[in-house]
Order: sequence, then C-alpha cells, then structure tokens
Amino acid sequence: MRAGSLIRVLLVAVLLAAIATAVAIFIPWLPDQASEEGGRVDFVFWFVTAICIGIFSVVASLSVYSLIKFRAKPDDDSDGPPIHGHTGIEITWTVIPLVLVLAMIVVSSVALAQNDRDPANSMRVEVLGQQFAWTVAYPPEGAKEDMDGFVCFTRGSGEVDSRCKSSPNLMLPLDRHVRLHLTARDVIHSFFVPEFRQKQDAVPGLKTEITVTPTKLGNFPFICTELCGLGHALMRTRAIVLSQSKFDAWRASK
Amino acid sequence: MSWRRYLLGPGWIRAAWMTALFFGIGFGIVVGIRALAGWDPLFFWDAIITVAALTAAPIGFLAGLGAFDYWLAWAFGQPTKPEDHSGHGARRWTDYFRINTDHKVIGIQYVTTTIFFFLAGGMLAMLVRAELAQPEADYVDPQTYNELFSVHASLMIFLFVIPAFAGLANYVLPLMIGAPDMAFPKLNALSYWLLPIGGIMMLSSFFFPGFGAGWTNYAPLSVEQPFGNVFFSMAVQWAGASSIMTALNFLVTIITMRAPGMTFWRMPLLVWANFTTSLLVVIATPFIAGSQFFVMFDRVMHTNFFNMAEGGYPLGYQHIFWFYSHPAVYIMILPGFGIASEVISTMSRKPIFGYRLMALSLVAILILGFSVWAHHMFVAGMATWLRIPMMITTLLIAVPTGIKVFSWLATTWEGRINFSTPMLWALGFVSQFVIGGLSGIYLGAVPIDIAVSDTYFIVAHIHYVLLGGSLFTIFAGIYYWFPKMTGRMYNERLGKVHFWLTFVAFNVTFFPMHIIGVQGMPRRVYTYDPEFGSWNLVISIASFVLGTSFLIFVYNMLVSWIRGPRAPANPWRGLTLEWQVSSPPPLFNFDEIPQVVGNPYEYGVSGARHAVFNGDREALREEVRA
Repeated sequence: MRAGSLIRVLLVAVLLAAIATAVAIFIPWLPDQASEEGGRVDFVFWFVTAICIGIFSVVASLSVYSLIKFRAKPDDDSDGPPIHGHTGIEITWTVIPLVLVLAMIVVSSVALAQNDRDPANSMRVEVLGQQFAWTVAYPPEGAKEDMDGFVCFTRGSGEVDSRCKSSPNLMLPLDRHVRLHLTARDVIHSFFVPEFRQKQDAVPGLKTEITVTPTKLGNFPFICTELCGLGHALMRTRAIVLSQSKFDAWRASK
Repeated sequence: MSWRRYLLGPGWIRAAWMTALFFGIGFGIVVGIRALAGWDPLFFWDAIITVAALTAAPIGFLAGLGAFDYWLAWAFGQPTKPEDHSGHGARRWTDYFRINTDHKVIGIQYVTTTIFFFLAGGMLAMLVRAELAQPEADYVDPQTYNELFSVHASLMIFLFVIPAFAGLANYVLPLMIGAPDMAFPKLNALSYWLLPIGGIMMLSSFFFPGFGAGWTNYAPLSVEQPFGNVFFSMAVQWAGASSIMTALNFLVTIITMRAPGMTFWRMPLLVWANFTTSLLVVIATPFIAGSQFFVMFDRVMHTNFFNMAEGGYPLGYQHIFWFYSHPAVYIMILPGFGIASEVISTMSRKPIFGYRLMALSLVAILILGFSVWAHHMFVAGMATWLRIPMMITTLLIAVPTGIKVFSWLATTWEGRINFSTPMLWALGFVSQFVIGGLSGIYLGAVPIDIAVSDTYFIVAHIHYVLLGGSLFTIFAGIYYWFPKMTGRMYNERLGKVHFWLTFVAFNVTFFPMHIIGVQGMPRRVYTYDPEFGSWNLVISIASFVLGTSFLIFVYNMLVSWIRGPRAPANPWRGLTLEWQVSSPPPLFNFDEIPQVVGNPYEYGVSGARHAVFNGDREALREEVRA
C-alpha cells in the first residue's frame, strides 16, 4: 500500500470511529444503573464497545476505500493483479484479534467472578416463579433450609412457609449484599431487573443463585425474561429499593 | 391398461391414495390397540393424528410418489428396472413435480420450495410486527402470538436457510467438482421430498394450537403445551432427516466424485464450505431429533426426561438442544461464506486472498463450533464454572471468522470491482455480518450476556447474522447462478432496487432492536412497557417495507425465468467449472469429464487454467507443435 492511500484510509477510519463513538455516546444505550454488579457489567460493556469501535472503523474504512477506489471502469475487462496472499498480513490479522479476544476474556472473567461472589454478610432472599407471578420471601435469620435448599418454599407448592415474610414485589435495602435463591414451580422463568443488570433463570426443581447489591433508591421493573406461557408478557412486577431503616420497618410490619 | 398405470404407477395419483391408505393403517393401529386394551376413549385423536397423520401418511405419500420404488423392488427380489434415465432431468415443467434424480432439477426444486416457505415465514413475521407496533395487546390472542413467532423462526431455520443452501449447493456443487451428478441421486430425490412434508406440518400446526414455546421449544414448557406441539416435534424429524441425507450425499460426492486433478487444495471454497457444513449436519442434527423425541415422549408416553419431580432434568433439554442448535448457526452460515468467496473473487477479478487459510478457518469454525453450545445457557442455572470455558471458545471463534472477513476485503483490494447484483448482496453480507459478529462478541462476554440475554438485543443479533448474513448470501447465490440455472438473465436494475430496498429496510428494522434490548425489553412478548413504544413503531413500519422488498425479487425471478434474455454460458467470466458448460448445463453436466490442472481462482494469472477438456488438449498440442 502506498503512503498516499494509507493516509486516506486512516482519515476514513478516524471519521468512522468518530461516528461510531457518537452513536455509542449519544444514544442512551444503557438503562439507569442501580447496583454494584451493574457497574462491573457496564465496565465490561464499554471495554468491549471500545474494542468493537476499533475493529469496526478498521474494517469499514478499508472496505469503503477499496469499494470506491477499485470500481471497475465501464468496459474494463481486465483482471486485477494476481495477489494470492501475504503471510505477514495473514499472521497479523490472526494475532491481533487473538490478543483482543484474550483481553476481553480476562476482563469478563474478573467481572464475572466478582459478580458471582456470595459475600459473607449477605442477606438471604428467596424468589419463586410460577405462571404468571413472582413470590419473594424473606426467611428469618438463621433458619434451616430443607433438602431442596429453601426455607420458605416447599417443592412443587406455591405456599410460603409461615415463618417467612412474603411479597409480590422485590423489596431490598440500599447498599446491602443480597443473595437471591431462585426456583420455579411449573416451568422455567427468569429473574431480570434491567437496572441491576443481573439475570438468572428460575428452574423447577433446581436452586439457582445470584447476588444483587442495590446502590440506588427507587422503583425498578422486575420482569420475567424466559418464555413461560400465555401470560409471559404480563409477568412483570417491581423491584423496590428502600433505605435500611424503611426496609426494616417494612419487614417488621405484618 | 392405462388406468392401471395411472393408479399404480409412481406419481401424484398413487401418492393421493397411498397417503389415505397409510393414514388408514395408522388409524387402524391406534384404534385397534385401544380396542384390544379396552382403553377409553376408543378414538383418541391426539394419538391418531400423531401416528396416522404425522408419521404414517407422509411415508405413504413418499411411497406413492415413487421415492422408494427402486429400493423396494430390489428388496423384494423383483427385477430392478435398468436405468433408462427417464427419471432424470426436466423436459417439461411437470418434471419438477415428480421424483427426479437430476441434481439440477432437485436444486431448483429446493430453491423454489424454500422461497415459498421464506415468503410464508416472512408474512408471519409481519403479523408479529403488526401486533408489536403498539405497546398494548391489539390483534391476536397470546396463544396465537406465541405460535406466530415460533412458526416464523422454525420455517426460516428449517425450511428456508438450511435447505436453501442445500439447494444451491445441490445445483452447483457437482458442477464445480466436475461430476455428472451427486453420488446417490435417488437418495437426493428422497431428501428433497421430505422437506415439504416438514414445512406443511409446521404451517398446519396453526390448526392445532400448542406450538407456542418458541422454536427452542424448551422443556418443561413444551411438554405442558397443548397437543399442537407435536407438530413441531415431528416436523423437525422430517426436515432433519432430509438435512442428514443431503449432507451424507454431499460428503460422499465431494470425497469420491471429484474430477481427475481436483485435489482438496484445488476445490473452490464453496465446496470446502459445504464439506465442513455437511460434517456439522451429520454430527449435530441427530441431537435435535433426539431432543424433540424426548419432548414428544414426555407428553405422549409420559416419560420423565425433563420432569424434575420424577428424576428428570430440565437443563438436560437445553444441553441436547443447543448441542445441535449452536452448530446449526454454522450450518446456516458456512455455505454462505462459500458463496461470498465465489462471488467476491469473480466480481473483483482477483484470486481469493489467502485461499488455504480461508479453507482452514472453515475447519477451525467446524471444530470450535462443537465446543460453545452452553453459551446459550449462561443464565440457565448450569454449573457456574462451565461459563468460562464456553466464553473462551465462543470468543475464539471470532479469530477464524475475522480471518475470513479480512480476506474478503483483501480480495477486493486493487481489484476491478463489478457492482453487479450478486456482488452487492455479497458485500452487503460482509458489512452486515461484521455488525452481527461484533454484537456476538458482546454476547460472548458473560457479564454482558447475563444483562441482555432473552432481550431484543438477542433478536437483533440473530437477525444480523441470519438475515444480514445467511439470507444476503442466499440472494447473492440465487442472482449469481440464476443465469446458469435457468438459461436466462435476470433484470439487473430490479435486482439492484431489490438489494438497496432490503438493505436499508433491514437496518432500520433491526438496528434499533439493539437499543431497546439493552434497555431491557424482553423478547417473545405481545405487550410491553410503553417506554419502548416509539422505537417499536419505527421497527414495525420498516419491517413492512422489508417484507414488500421481496415482492420485487419474486416478480424479477418469475418474469426473467419466463422471458428474460438468453444467458451466455459464462456471464460473469468465472473460472470455476460450472461456468465452462452451457447455461443450463447438459443433462449429465459435462460431455466429457474435465481434467483439473490448476487452482480455481487464477484471475489475472496469464495462461492459468483451472481445468482443460479433451478438445482443449488437442488445441494445446497443436499450439505446442506450432
């Protein structure tokens, strides 16, 4: 490639990167972020976005330049130069993506490991999905789990154990690690609060777990994201984050 | 005598009464067993339809049409008819509507059938978009809505993308390797005729509500669905069997029927692509067949594969299902890679850049493709550590895929690019596939996947890779080989209008889905939070334009096929073997078997030949003597 065309490709690349960056920044992509875990997810999101903008602008600038510059003139029946390959270039475009991919793997793994932890002082909350409603239950401190791993729910039944406080909404205290223990009664459902960036399927007969640490007071949608039948679209409720004192008052109320 | 031949000879009349006969036999088996066992009710229609309509009747139909005649005669010790080639090739248009052993006829049968199901699936998609134009529930009830998107996806995957590639390859692959036909022409005919059976079953599921668990048909929801779910389970068996037979046929054809001199390193990349795809199909497809049998057995025979209360394991379904369905996405894109390579090289007048690395990256995708299935299950509740190795293999696939994209771009570099319709589709494919590949990287990174799983981000991603990816290459292939297949030229101007309309409408339809997905709109819902209302209205309007754009294609194809200008043998000045014979090719492809002497993409190399024919050899000798 001659220096002149290299500069032109670079100019196009910078222009396209600027456009892609504008799309990334000015479109409100991510919903509000209301959990500690969400912060890590967003970091990975922007890390991957930066790499993707880089790849996109390289690929797009080369193709835009090539397609404009190397159009066949009308009535030009000649062939292009017989270039069969170039070992150096081929190694380059194998190794650079490999390095980028490894970087994304490392960053994602670290974020995943942190988000997956069950901190020692976490509060236990149990969540049951059934067609087409959520039941959230708060077991008393130190209560013993049954053989399925739940305090408040018995397998196959929608009943909540009388020792537990229960609610159709997910009530959470601010800035407290919460470990959700999920299961389902009939078919697979999925716990999702976009503002928390955390999602976990609730599977009948299984216990799945996920950690949420709310960092913002407020009222967020809590929706089912696994197709669970006719009422799937309506299986929506709220996740409500309260201050610790208000939460304690709510929990103590009958 | 003639009425006997009418009734008993292979054809539609025999197919009609044998379909009815086999339905009757299935009916008799079910009712007979129930009568003997004293079960009530005697006429249990769920069982009757499963056995008689979905299993026995299609066998009767195939037998009546004549798919098994040769083998049955042989099996019963009757004298087999000597091959007189009467069932080979199309002399009249009616020859396309019978068992035909000519791979060129079968290729056209495949392509037209899949276009039909593509249009049907597209109509379902527009009904889905009509419902979603406004946040509230508007036109259809929830059950119908769930069926609309389930059948849409099933038709597009099993009756359009996979078999459309099989059809295009059926036509051009034997030509490209210099073979007179596929290795097993009768098996080839059978595998085509299995296909419409699967498609009709999926469409008729609307009359028996129940196939509303999505094309993924996750247990235990699918087990609890009403009876219609069985239609999907059985349709997958028929379409899957078709797929496996074709793949075996391709493998044997590629391994044993290459012309002299056609070594593996001289095969066009389309042949490489179908070789790797066929390996994926024969290894993976039995798994989806198994998963659907398990679901069906759980509901019909009350087995407990997925019933946790009785020791079953719901996640087992997902593992088996995705062990097919992830490789399936490569089944749906590798042949497209092959088509793109052919078109881009020919239309740029340059050899494909890095031919061997292009072929090897197909093999790398084939191998890695089997080790990534659980990335569909990052939030499913499987062992948490399993997510890390699955993320590593998933993201590693970006490397061979990247090699392919860079090599296509390098192929255009310094070329003489001809922006004909097939080239527009091929380049459109590369650009859209880059976007789909990048959104795939987001999904490969586990923390992001957890956040956007089962939202519209997923819907956006699959449509960028399957519509902007697979479908664009299918259209590149159809326009590229239309002159070869029909002997006529299509209308170039209409082809370009079709491309640009589809390209723009596609992006307006699917790009905003990334945004509403990240913001948290779940997929597979008929009503949603009003905050997503304006984007959804834009998407719906664009999707109707997208749907309309394909009418231009249908018009162009029909009119050009009937009275387009005659096509020359080699309108694109291609070097691969299919362009060295007339358009359409002779009955047995080559009057003489070519001798392959060089690589398939030697554009710009003076004096280079991919293959020589006897006549050429004489001429060459003359030249040398002179």
